[in-house]
Amino acid sequence: MIKTGYRLLKLYRKTIRNFYIGLIFVFLYAPIVTLIILSFNDSRTRAKWGGFTFKWYSSLFRNEEIMAALFNTLSIALISASVATLIGTIACVAIMRMKKTSRTVVIGVTNIPMLNAEIVTGISLMLLFISLGIRFGYGTILLAHITFNIPYVILCILPKMRQLNLSTYEAALDLGAGPLYSFYKVVLPDLMPGIVAGFLLAFTMSLDDFIITHFTKGPGIDTLSTKIYSEVKKGIKPEMYALSTIIFISVLVLLWLVNRIPAKEAVQKKSEKH
Amino acid sequence: MDFFKTKPLINLENISKSFGNQLIIDELDLKIHENEFITLLGPSGCGKTTILRIIGGFETPDKGRVIFDNTDITHLPPNKRQLNTVFQKYALFSHMNIGDNIAFGLKIKNKSKDYIKDKVSYALKLVNLDGFEKRMPDSLSGGQQQRIAIARAIVNEPKVLLLDEPLGALDLKLRQEMQYELIRLKNDLGITFIYVTHDQEEALTMSDTIVIMNQGYIQQIGTPEGIYNEPENAFVADFIGESNIIDAMMIEDRLVEILGTRFTCVDTGFGKKTPVDVVIRPEDVVLCDPAEGIISGAVSHLIFKGVHYEMEVTACGFEWLVHSTGMFPVGTPVGIKVDPFNIQIMNKPESEDEQAVSLEALEENS
Repeated sequence: MIKTGYRLLKLYRKTIRNFYIGLIFVFLYAPIVTLIILSFNDSRTRAKWGGFTFKWYSSLFRNEEIMAALFNTLSIALISASVATLIGTIACVAIMRMKKTSRTVVIGVTNIPMLNAEIVTGISLMLLFISLGIRFGYGTILLAHITFNIPYVILCILPKMRQLNLSTYEAALDLGAGPLYSFYKVVLPDLMPGIVAGFLLAFTMSLDDFIITHFTKGPGIDTLSTKIYSEVKKGIKPEMYALSTIIFISVLVLLWLVNRIPAKEAVQKKSEKH
Repeated sequence: MDFFKTKPLINLENISKSFGNQLIIDELDLKIHENEFITLLGPSGCGKTTILRIIGGFETPDKGRVIFDNTDITHLPPNKRQLNTVFQKYALFSHMNIGDNIAFGLKIKNKSKDYIKDKVSYALKLVNLDGFEKRMPDSLSGGQQQRIAIARAIVNEPKVLLLDEPLGALDLKLRQEMQYELIRLKNDLGITFIYVTHDQEEALTMSDTIVIMNQGYIQQIGTPEGIYNEPENAFVADFIGESNIIDAMMIEDRLVEILGTRFTCVDTGFGKKTPVDVVIRPEDVVLCDPAEGIISGAVSHLIFKGVHYEMEVTACGFEWLVHSTGMFPVGTPVGIKVDPFNIQIMNKPESEDEQAVSLEALEENS
């Protein structure tokens, strides 16, 4: 009797818990699910379901302006993530060689842009470009993206750097390798998971960004996010649902990749042991 | 020993090194001979690792020269030196398998594939880890990793092998096994070993020569027996094994007054009525019937240590540390005898500075 009571209580608890988790997911993802469903809706109005269609996707890919924006977004994400990864890695090497006090200060300074409101970063970059007399366009967006990406790269690599056993570097020197060869052969492989994670995170951040891009882009050029924004002002076309769906899915995949790297590494280590 | 007749292979001349304001090594001279197993022994922070790193090329001395085989290598980078190091924490390359780890140095020297393969398997045989080429470092135990680190160093046929506390991370039993292994390796290879440790037992077991260091200065250089039996100062006496260090007065040649009682000894040349330090090893203190002893007292502590009993005997106001296979219960009145040969007389430190230094070090170690 007591046992069944206990079992009922457990079941009751479990149901409540699952219901609560479900509720949270509904709040978080209902808007996005709505968007994804609407992107396949044959009817132009949002109010009624007109049947399943891919036509918004196909008209999206035929829209040259959107395709240009897509190209800008991807190329800016790729270049800015690469450059930021390079600069960030070198910065990490330098940070680790600093004395403790200056290291703390520099790490603090590199963390601030991440916590700073994006609109502040955007406006200040805009003002900087104006005062330097740089023409707004692709170049300014790229510079802005590299700038805000560097802290994320450092954030990913620095912990790996801390775990690093520097005596392996000295061991490589000891065995006759030059300093650069030693770094490349011995230090870099240990840093690689951090570097890849930093690159992917930077790529995602750049892909995602609207506010900073909005303030640094100038007229005549758009990335996907600014393009969607200006389209929406004119009235929402269903193509935009399709576009947003694509962006959401890509970011989801990227984030999944970023999170998968440490897990994969652990699995690899385990399998080596056996 | 016959090393001292041969020409030194490494000559450290007047080496000084500081980090920030801290002077680590002060005008140190040291000669290391071919085929010698030399151990730098001292408490942490005594500068022993810094010396090893200066020889290895990882630190540059502020002053002085490092001569290797008649060439000045003071400013030569580590990758250009003909010596190899075994690091404290093994420092294996974790993303490479054992074979690639050991082959690292040979590949840089552009040796042929067959040559590398032969050398790697020979090196693995030397450290008793045949057929480990394809294993990853993570899958090996600490002792095995340390053997690989040694194999990786010796495969390059260095003239000198530097070892920085290589057994520090291993447990007692493994450490003792590895000590024998290292002695065997050194005899097989016939090269110079420079070994750094803070473990006096390790130093006594393996070395041809021990260099005892403290606070950046060399305290004594000698054979293990020489250093154990005839420590030159209180620091050495205390650091190597346990000992009774007592204030005493040299009355004349072969006669010393310890705690108010005159003991015969074998030392001469200290002059008359000179204050000295006396070292008597606990195993050299002989307990006997109170009537037969030179002095007498009572047992105040007793611990069984396996091989022997460790006792403390209060006599003439001093706690004598005694190791003996015979047991005397606490409270027993006993006499103390010491063979004249076992009384080691040492000069008192000359300056107060020196005294302060050795006292500080003693406290650190106790």
